[in-house]
Amino acid sequence: MTDTTNTTNTTNTTDTTDTTDTTTGTAEAAEPGGGTRDADSRTPSRRSLIGWGGAGLALGAAAAGGAVAMARSGDDAEPTAAAAGAAVAFHGTNQAGIATPVQDRLHFAAFDVKTTDRAAFVQLLKDWTEAARRMAGGRAVGEGAYGGLAEAPPDDTGEALGLKPSRLTLTIGFGPSLFGKFDLADERPEALVELPKFAGDNLDRNRSGGDLCVQACADDPQVAVHAIRNLARIGFGKVVIRWSQLGFGKTSSTTPEAQTPRNLMGFKDGTRNIAGTETDRLKKFVWVEEKDGPAWMVGGSYLVARRIRMNIETWDRTSLQEQEDIFGRDKGEGAPVGKAKERDKPFLKAMKPDAHVRLAHPDTNAGATLLRRGYSFTDGTDGLGRLDAGLFFLAYQRDVRKGFIPVQRSLAADALNEYIQHVGSAVFAVPPGVRDKDDWWGRALFSTDSKDSKGLKDPKDSKDPKSSANSKEA
Amino acid sequence: MRAVRLSAVTAAATAAALAAVTGCTEKSDAAGDDHVVKVTATDSKCEVSKTEFPSGHIQIDVENKGSKVTEVYLLFPDDRIVTERENIGPGTSQKVTAEVKAGEYRIACKPGMKGKGIRQDVTATGTGKVAKRDPRLDSAVAAYREYAQEQADETVPKAKVFAQAVKDGDIEAAKKTYADSRIGWERTEPVAESFGDIDPKVDLREDGLEEGQDLEKDWTGWHRLERSLWKDKKLTARDTELADQLITDLTDWQKRVGKAEITPTSMANGAKELLDEVATGKVTGEEERYSHTDLVDFKANVEGAEKSYELLKSVASENDAALTKELDTQFAALNTLLDKYREDTSSYEFTSYDKVGKADRKELSDAVNALAEPLSKLAAAVVK
Repeated sequence: MTDTTNTTNTTNTTDTTDTTDTTTGTAEAAEPGGGTRDADSRTPSRRSLIGWGGAGLALGAAAAGGAVAMARSGDDAEPTAAAAGAAVAFHGTNQAGIATPVQDRLHFAAFDVKTTDRAAFVQLLKDWTEAARRMAGGRAVGEGAYGGLAEAPPDDTGEALGLKPSRLTLTIGFGPSLFGKFDLADERPEALVELPKFAGDNLDRNRSGGDLCVQACADDPQVAVHAIRNLARIGFGKVVIRWSQLGFGKTSSTTPEAQTPRNLMGFKDGTRNIAGTETDRLKKFVWVEEKDGPAWMVGGSYLVARRIRMNIETWDRTSLQEQEDIFGRDKGEGAPVGKAKERDKPFLKAMKPDAHVRLAHPDTNAGATLLRRGYSFTDGTDGLGRLDAGLFFLAYQRDVRKGFIPVQRSLAADALNEYIQHVGSAVFAVPPGVRDKDDWWGRALFSTDSKDSKGLKDPKDSKDPKSSANSKEA
Repeated sequence: MRAVRLSAVTAAATAAALAAVTGCTEKSDAAGDDHVVKVTATDSKCEVSKTEFPSGHIQIDVENKGSKVTEVYLLFPDDRIVTERENIGPGTSQKVTAEVKAGEYRIACKPGMKGKGIRQDVTATGTGKVAKRDPRLDSAVAAYREYAQEQADETVPKAKVFAQAVKDGDIEAAKKTYADSRIGWERTEPVAESFGDIDPKVDLREDGLEEGQDLEKDWTGWHRLERSLWKDKKLTARDTELADQLITDLTDWQKRVGKAEITPTSMANGAKELLDEVATGKVTGEEERYSHTDLVDFKANVEGAEKSYELLKSVASENDAALTKELDTQFAALNTLLDKYREDTSSYEFTSYDKVGKADRKELSDAVNALAEPLSKLAAAVVK
């Protein structure tokens, strides 16, 4: 719920194409305009055809015999990626799901690691990567959801059969507590700090923290839930779900040309958010650079997740004037105080000193800028006749100490605090992207780790993750 | 268990259906000599007139020439009973009939009605498709059947002690013997559940009742008595009836274990089902809602699952060594965790489950998931 400003974005394409993410149709499509999931695991992976380029790969996919989400003869316009239920490229220099145009639905899960066997954990990361790669391409995990041995449960849980890839992205993050395990202490990035206690925090530890997280975003909620469910299942015995959150109705757009979405308070949110096409701002505020270190994080980012409960019943009884004063924008158009249009540059001094936009603005916070990807949530009721609803805030940044922390400290004075409460919190180091079919989530962390070279003192040591005999555990 | 109460009609039908698939012993005219096997039983011998007969109708004519009362059994290779006749006195003869498919069988005499009996392999010939059998799996099934029988044999006397305490109106003694009387049942619950009609009589929970069912009339078994002892805190004439009924039903179970349909797959999936029982009933504290002895049931479920696994392990590890390694690890982890809840690992005195907090319950639940997930793959590793 912060507001960022930059030069107005003038991109008008719906399909974002840059070096991080590519949207195409699927090679497995049975009909033009997007594919559907099949359970046949023996289909060659279309992902392997995808390099880091954009336009070229539709041709690659077409050459492989698959239909792609391109204009059919007689169609004037190409369907948008979302409408086509297309796939988002899983491979890239950065993980998909950050600069990717925000999808409609979220299933976010935080996990705790149970195994003490480093090799088993590395194998899990490889297994997860493979499953994620398949699901992002709209395919079932393992041997599929049916047709296997009658005596065995199927590998895939099956509820996404026949559904399109739905722009599913799966993004992994490593929490501070992970670095207390597997001898990773020396690899912990300085920027991965535990968040301090902020004014008004009322955190439930059962909705906070986690050694790992996976953010699943898709246009179809069933696709997102299927993804988390199958990863959790693969993880049994090694990791356990600590908490999870469903989200809907993206509250922050990373596609400025589209209609700015509204949060549950009814206000447009994310007017000046960093767009997926703003390479310069992404570079400046989101992606970790070599000079930031550590080396394994280059191309990665830091994620802050906050479950923000809204007292929507009291908010809804608040006068329009007060609501607009609190935000610093008008409710209908979303224009900043004293301006006519949503995208007009805000004049902060015209706003009340405790207005949300004014306090969150980069100009108030030494330029601190976040890429927000939050979602609304409604998790039933609270037993007191009120909706348990709010904003599941997700923000990506290059350094938490220069991003979320200063902004949230300024928001101590926010007039909005009367209507919201932060009840869950977590922070994660989000490693760089999976480059190709041989790469896996966190490879750089687990391979550059100096413990591996120390481990060579052990004559039995090998890098074969399948031999768990050489666990690095004390 | 979580079953719902079967109506009397359904239960009866189930029982009838079960009776129909096993042997029957009514008199019948032998359909020609080649369908008759003569068995001459003595105190040390069990002679058969032929070791091959055509599949279909078969008649076994037993003559007991020994000095002891004997029994005769026709068995599948995994020791499941096709048909049997007990109490054949010295000098008497009996006829037993059955319908058999083509395949390998055994005829066994049990002089003195004890032990495994004197056995003789026989073959039913015919065109029926005979599945190839792995003798190691047959012996695993036979060993598991023996285990299931032992559990039933040990449970009945323990249950009688519990029932007697109830009938004596001794609440404290009944409470002390309650959980212990359930262990054998919990270890082999999938076998008992396969009979359909016994489980709802002895192990139905209060939430298994529906609107219109009577707490007094329609609910029997351990948990009904659990409620009397821990919640109502008084024993009435009805509880005496319930105690007698429990013994009747458990004796029925004890008699039927030998005929239970057990296969390598059902053993493997039975192990998984025991973990399901833990996950849906014990971890939540729903099973023993008044006595809070859930961890005793929990441990017994795990022991039963582990027994199945140990018997299938040699075959499973040939097909999937990584799986059996994982199962070894997770069984050990869960057992270690359970041991935190008892002072003495040789006793079944576990912490009362109402004293186990939310975080600890999650830890138990996570350990159950960690074991149950690979356990669900055991059947496939056995039949590959």
